[in-house]
Amino acid sequence: MTEQVIFYICSFIVLLAAAGVVLNVRNTVYSALSLVVAMLALAVLFILLHAEFIGVLQILVYAGAIVVLFLFVIMLLNLRGGDMGAESQPILKIVGTLLIVGAGAKLVTLFTGARGAWPEVGREFGTVREVGKILYTDYLLAFEIAGIFLLAGLVGAVVMGKQRID
Amino acid sequence: MPAYVPIALFLFAMIALLFAPLMTWVERKQSALMQDRIGANRADVFGIKAIGLMHPLADVIKMITKEDLVPTGADRWLHTLAPIIATIPAMVSFAVIPYGGSYQGWGAEWSLVVADLDYGVLYIFAVASLATYGTVLAGWASNNNWGMLGGVRVAAQMISYEVAMGVSVVGVFMLYGTLRLTDMGVAQQETFRLLGFIEHLGWVGAGTWWVNLIKIPMWGIVLQPLAFFIFLTALMAENKRAPFDTPEGESEIIAGYFIEYSGMKFGLFYMGEWVEVVVISGLITAMFLGGWSIPYLPDAVLIDFLAQGVGSNMANVFAMLIHVLTFFMKVIFMIFFQQLVRWSVPRFRYDQVMDLGWKILLPLSLANIVVTGLAILIAGEIMG
Repeated sequence: MTEQVIFYICSFIVLLAAAGVVLNVRNTVYSALSLVVAMLALAVLFILLHAEFIGVLQILVYAGAIVVLFLFVIMLLNLRGGDMGAESQPILKIVGTLLIVGAGAKLVTLFTGARGAWPEVGREFGTVREVGKILYTDYLLAFEIAGIFLLAGLVGAVVMGKQRID
Repeated sequence: MPAYVPIALFLFAMIALLFAPLMTWVERKQSALMQDRIGANRADVFGIKAIGLMHPLADVIKMITKEDLVPTGADRWLHTLAPIIATIPAMVSFAVIPYGGSYQGWGAEWSLVVADLDYGVLYIFAVASLATYGTVLAGWASNNNWGMLGGVRVAAQMISYEVAMGVSVVGVFMLYGTLRLTDMGVAQQETFRLLGFIEHLGWVGAGTWWVNLIKIPMWGIVLQPLAFFIFLTALMAENKRAPFDTPEGESEIIAGYFIEYSGMKFGLFYMGEWVEVVVISGLITAMFLGGWSIPYLPDAVLIDFLAQGVGSNMANVFAMLIHVLTFFMKVIFMIFFQQLVRWSVPRFRYDQVMDLGWKILLPLSLANIVVTGLAILIAGEIMG
């Protein structure tokens, strides 16, 4: 019962904040802050699902680091909605709408279609140890590839930053 | 566990908050001591001066009764929200720090930590990373160029040091095999024989007496000295107090992000910093200084010894008191140490702060992971 109440409250906050990210075109800082609120409520949903490690990483990585960087850039460049070209990108709007319709259709089939029983999860499910084990055994290749991508991004940023200075 | 137990534990953990006003006193008196002055001693209540201890009280009254100014053009809503966001993370992060072990008595079992989380250290990192918003938004919402500069500096500095902070303690996680702070506290009660490897390598026969002579507690600071210094430095930089206080930098940007704050809103920023000093001390104690335990005296031995005199139930209570006392003595030492650094080292230049974080602390902490991994492997080989 308590879990359901928390679930509905947090889901409502996630949706509201996510809408706020898009609708706060006038003030980009509020837009970024809405994103933080959405991330935090999402982390609560993860923890409700006993995926505690993922939930904490959600706060640590997304809310605590990535959106801070967003905010940093917004403040540094003093961006307003108009500067970001929010009104002048019809192609992106069309692609975005199509993606949302596609994802929505997939969700509908997922929820209405027939499915088997939910798989059982162990007692340790969601702990740091379990997630680590799965990550470094079953998904090792994907993990390494993601690592190389991140490294490439890092090197790319350094190269671009250096060119600007010279 | 009855419902009132977590509440009682929570209230006790709130003692950490009591340290905040006390810290104003420590800050004044310790700086006075270090600079050969007398320090604040004028505030008195009915003639009671109590070596300046009335000053925190006077401070609070002054802060609360002062006029609260919001500058024109400022974002009123965020201007009010920012100090709150800056303070709350420091307060809630004390929840996972154990200030005692677990005890049994009268058929019940209790442990002295509000939330014994599997991802304890990560919880503190996650919550602490949210504190950035408070300061960044304070700088932005004030509609002031100095404030803005301070806010931008905070964002850059805190993100930079979060990296070194997280990476530096991976070695500790590897050694103790856990992120749970209570498990770390238990693991640190063990001792190891400094010369034990001689016996393991078979250079002398088993049971040679002098091999067992030197025993060292498995404290984090002994096993991971490099991690200790990197972690402490990174935490102090996260707390943005001197020598890492470039976001405030009086000589360059007046007061940085809280330049447009007055009254209790201004006070909240300081309160957040001071509570964070206590949290840092608690975290360092739990991870590197053996937590609540007394070196060479594991919990079980202490409780057994006390039980001979006062019986099993009361022995647990006495052991609990001793442990809490030990923990807070270590915490107070770490607070003292941080203040010592704060009053000894002048403020770094902004580029020096960045260089230290990215070019020195991060590579060192990455190297620490590799060395720790090798050491664990080699130790495993020797021990068989």
